[in-house]
Amino acid sequence: MLRYLGKRFLLILPTIFVPLILVFLLLRLSPGDPAGMMLGDQATAEQIAALRTQLGLDQPIWVQFLLWLKGIVTLDLGNSIFFREPVMQIVPRYAGVTIMLTLVALTLAILIGITMGLISAMNRNRPIDRGVVTTAVLGISLPEFWFALLLIFIFAVTLRWFPVAGYNPPSAGVIAFASTIFLPALALGVRQSALMTRMMRSSMLDVLNEPYITTARAQGLPESKVIGQYAMRTAAMPVVTVAGLSAGYMLGGAVAIEIIFALPGLGRMLVEAVGRRDYPLVEGGVLTISLVLAVLNLAIDLIYAILDPRIRYQ
Amino acid sequence: MTLIQATSPDRLSGGDEEAFVTTNRSVWQRLLANPTAMASIIMLTILALSAVLAPLLAPGNPLRVSPADRFIPPGAEHLFGTDNLGRDMLKMVLHGGRTSLLVGLVVTVISMSIAVVLGAISGFYRQVDVVLMRLVDGLMAFPGIVLATAAAGIMGPSMTTVITSLSIVLIAPSLRIVRGQVLVVRELQMIEAARAVGVPTLRLFTRYILPAVSSPILVQASFIFSAAVLGEAGLSFIGVGIGPKELSWGNALTEARNYIAQAPWIVLFPGLALMFTILALNLLGDSLRDILDPRLARRR
Repeated sequence: MLRYLGKRFLLILPTIFVPLILVFLLLRLSPGDPAGMMLGDQATAEQIAALRTQLGLDQPIWVQFLLWLKGIVTLDLGNSIFFREPVMQIVPRYAGVTIMLTLVALTLAILIGITMGLISAMNRNRPIDRGVVTTAVLGISLPEFWFALLLIFIFAVTLRWFPVAGYNPPSAGVIAFASTIFLPALALGVRQSALMTRMMRSSMLDVLNEPYITTARAQGLPESKVIGQYAMRTAAMPVVTVAGLSAGYMLGGAVAIEIIFALPGLGRMLVEAVGRRDYPLVEGGVLTISLVLAVLNLAIDLIYAILDPRIRYQ
Repeated sequence: MTLIQATSPDRLSGGDEEAFVTTNRSVWQRLLANPTAMASIIMLTILALSAVLAPLLAPGNPLRVSPADRFIPPGAEHLFGTDNLGRDMLKMVLHGGRTSLLVGLVVTVISMSIAVVLGAISGFYRQVDVVLMRLVDGLMAFPGIVLATAAAGIMGPSMTTVITSLSIVLIAPSLRIVRGQVLVVRELQMIEAARAVGVPTLRLFTRYILPAVSSPILVQASFIFSAAVLGEAGLSFIGVGIGPKELSWGNALTEARNYIAQAPWIVLFPGLALMFTILALNLLGDSLRDILDPRLARRR
């Protein structure tokens, strides 16, 4: 088990470093002087030179790369240009909201996906199956930021069940938290839930054809036990596998969702930092998202290894 | 007789080479016989025509402001209504589609071309493969829109930025698929035979491997197209896309969201157009896959 985890951990390293290196290269190799752009038109040559030194931009690129690597390893990501405080203090303030949003959305997506896929597979080719399949195709084609606007129009503006925007942290109470997180999480989770529905349906149909299910039925086990205990566990495996990819997708989708619902999360922070050309903060945001994803994927691998013992011995 | 499509290793045996040729030749016929595929082709034709003919269907500058005509609900004069600046929404949707579809098309062509070349190299040379696949792992897990957002901030919002960053992000999934296919195909007897008689590598690739891997590429291309259209819309919506001076469906929604209570139609129509496009492309991809890989179709 430890060896398996070690191997998974090594495989996760590219997930952290490839996006970071891309951003690093983009930042350094794109035309224009970041220091000049950050300070604006009114900056004097001395101010620009000072900032260039502070950011290490006057060093050769490979020195910059080593300094940057050192910064990541020692968790010193520099100071935000706009907030004038260490990136490491700013990022955690925003990261919690995004992690909450993604976790709730992922949970919703998995619950909806597994339930709908199960219902669909159990009623194969009946009207309810056709309905689920059609809804899933529509769901996959639904741009989440547009769906978010529709949800706001229906449930916040017209029915007034939820606030239009804003965020209550979980510490404000379950109901207050849920009222601000439900619509954003639903908007963010809908495409993934549609994908998971399709996946669950087809994997369930496969599993139901397996000889061990026939055996279980032949032995007279109640159908609820055959489905609930034998078929579902196997059929849900592919859904668990894609949960990691879904989470990555959701962290991306969260950018637009956070802006629409005015949630103080990483995505919104990133877009604002990009707008202000606050490069240390941009790098910090990308690093945090990479790390969150890496941890999440590792957790999913763990769940997977627990669910399926064969994985550990490969 | 069922046609065998050799996209998965367990289907491959010595005599299956012929299946590749048969499959590719009759794809069109089977597409035309498939109702879902037909529906998606009709939808895409409508979209393509309305984008190409937009200047004829809705002449005039779609961005022209007309303060007297603000917030007119959909009706006879303005079929889709007007927005907060009195711009005709039908015009905006038609002209916006030109940008959205153009970006989608260009991104698909660029990313698929690079994926095919790199996928072929990766499938043939193990050393390159190890490096490329780790890069792909890194890119696949990371949300493309975040990378594209960072890129737009650094390079400045423009059509070129959007196309560049979306192309880079969308290479990874296609590269993985092409590589997998090449790995399967290179073990076929026809490739072995071609190598034995001394066909040069480049020709081996263009003449034998590319045709054999074209079906999954086709399926992937339709999904990449839909991801690119969606990606452009998302980036433009959050303001790091094609820039405020150009018009696209995503751009049209950016301001619209502030007026959702007064004029829901300005949110409705660009979004519907977007969804219609993505739906058509997804349906095309789905039915292509069903046609090309009957093993999957059985389960639907």
